[in-house]
Amino acid sequence: MSVNVNPAAEPLLKVSGVETYYGSIRALSGVDVHVNQGEIVSLIGANGAGKSTLMMTICGSPQARNGSVVFDGTDITKMPTHLIARRRIAQSPEGRRIFPRMTVYENLQMGAGLDNLKYFDEDVEKIFALFPRLKERQSQRGGTLSGGEQQMLSIGRALMARPKLLLLDEPSLGLAPLIVKQIFEAIRMLNEKEGLTVFLVEQNAFAALKLSHRAYVMVNGKVTMSGTGRELLANPEVRAAYLEGGRH
Amino acid sequence: MEYFIQQLLNGLTLGSIYGLVAIGYTMVYGIIGMINFAHGDIFMLGGFAALIVFLILTSFIAGIPVALALLIMMVVAMLVTSLWNWTIERVAYRPLRGSFRLAPLITAIGMSIVLSNFIQVTQGPRNKPIPPLVNDVFHFGDVTVSLKQMVIVVVTAVLLTIFWYIVNKTPLGRAQRATEQDRKMAALLGVDVDRTISITFIMGASLAAVAGTMYLMYYGVASFADGFIPGVKAFTAAVLGGIGSLPGAVLGGLLIGLIESLWSAYFSIAYKDVATFAILAFVLIFKPTGILGRPEVEKV
Ligand SMILES: Nc1ncnc2c1ncn2[C@@H]1O[C@H](COP(=O)(O)OP(=O)(O)OP(=O)(O)O)[C@@H](O)[C@H]1O
Ligand SMILES: [Mg+2]
Repeated sequence: MSVNVNPAAEPLLKVSGVETYYGSIRALSGVDVHVNQGEIVSLIGANGAGKSTLMMTICGSPQARNGSVVFDGTDITKMPTHLIARRRIAQSPEGRRIFPRMTVYENLQMGAGLDNLKYFDEDVEKIFALFPRLKERQSQRGGTLSGGEQQMLSIGRALMARPKLLLLDEPSLGLAPLIVKQIFEAIRMLNEKEGLTVFLVEQNAFAALKLSHRAYVMVNGKVTMSGTGRELLANPEVRAAYLEGGRH
Repeated sequence: MEYFIQQLLNGLTLGSIYGLVAIGYTMVYGIIGMINFAHGDIFMLGGFAALIVFLILTSFIAGIPVALALLIMMVVAMLVTSLWNWTIERVAYRPLRGSFRLAPLITAIGMSIVLSNFIQVTQGPRNKPIPPLVNDVFHFGDVTVSLKQMVIVVVTAVLLTIFWYIVNKTPLGRAQRATEQDRKMAALLGVDVDRTISITFIMGASLAAVAGTMYLMYYGVASFADGFIPGVKAFTAAVLGGIGSLPGAVLGGLLIGLIESLWSAYFSIAYKDVATFAILAFVLIFKPTGILGRPEVEKV
């Protein structure tokens, strides 16, 4: 699995020396990662390592105190969250964050708000093809969906924004193995067919590393290892910490 | 029986006005979780703006049609209250967002005092009368319906329809509901949360201005203290209906209007406010979230 990346080209997303704080607690201490156009990159690490914080920092909520986040040639470090979203970074965040008192359909409409629903009809059919379950439940309120259905909706909503960069925070969380397979297959398909760039956090390290072109390992707010998915899968430290005996 | 129907109609009229004001309380509470205690005074300000416009219109344009005059009064009142509400949100409430819960509440009480004292000082403490604008009445058997009652009920119904449409069917309404349900997620989807909150204050102020204008037309007087008693009743209506719920605000308004007029008709007018608040207390004991309020616990 390789991707045609022009090494001279600027990466689509470049995070440099980012430090993020919650009050006086430092959650990220100098993180450097980058994601090239057309790649699937994953981020793995133990609970509390700062993975979700990095995802949210990219979206400016919270903002990085030091360092920089550059997306598509623009410094977005201090940009308000909604303007970052309008540059087509879509996130399916930790906890899914479905609007509980909106229907499934309205949640998807919220995802397509950037284009004022211009491509809504066309795109919603794709999402329903990807997750037929959502089609059945389209007029049900988001808050009454099962956990797995909410996860599908959260990913679907993010895709509705026609993102240049899709951030997925634990897309497999709470899903049955068969659905996880489906979702990973969908990510691979969107990447190969439509060139979608994806940066994902996963506890399911084995599946994530197999899917990804490259990956980073995060420990205590720092990136400690990086490489291709294949390299990390073969790395004994990674195997010991994240693949064997640990969570799968 | 006729007497009862008559009182129902009076209650419906009054309830429409309370309902329009209650929407402003409930929407702001829904979107930023704060009771905007200054909202009753926005209603009062709307009445005064309408009154001043009325005086200007009648002294410069003799014989202006009443319908046109009322329309101009309403529009100017909406502009004035919107500007005021937008400004206090911007300078007094927004900087306190994210601080402890009581801070914006106390600020809102302060803003309420500022506005009612300002009107008291500039307009005088006495009731300001205007000549009756709309006099026609219709008789249906022994029941009398005045044209102004009809105007109030029709205007309220039209506004509620428009309002319902905006909140439920437009991108703006979706953004408002999204902001209410999960502000951070709304921003992640490109919603300008600050702007959405500002628009919510403007919408609430506009409805209050219409209510203020109609209250002036109905009773023929405006007082700087109107922000308090009718204002608190509208707040009660919002709580009774279930704070945060739009249909609840309308229902609460109508109920309070009906309770008030029926109680005054059959029991004692002096105790009508006691009756209103007693019923509120009673409902809250059995249904703390109000009639249409949603329980706080939710599967998210
Ligand atoms: N809102 C917050 N306020 C204070 N501390 C926070 C907040 N959110 C996260 N933290 C802290 O920041 C650190 C990193 O948290 P983060 O959620 O980024 O971890 P994570 O790698 O996503 O973990 P998990 O795998 O459990 O999701 C943790 O120590 C956490 O306690
Ligand atoms: Mg996390």
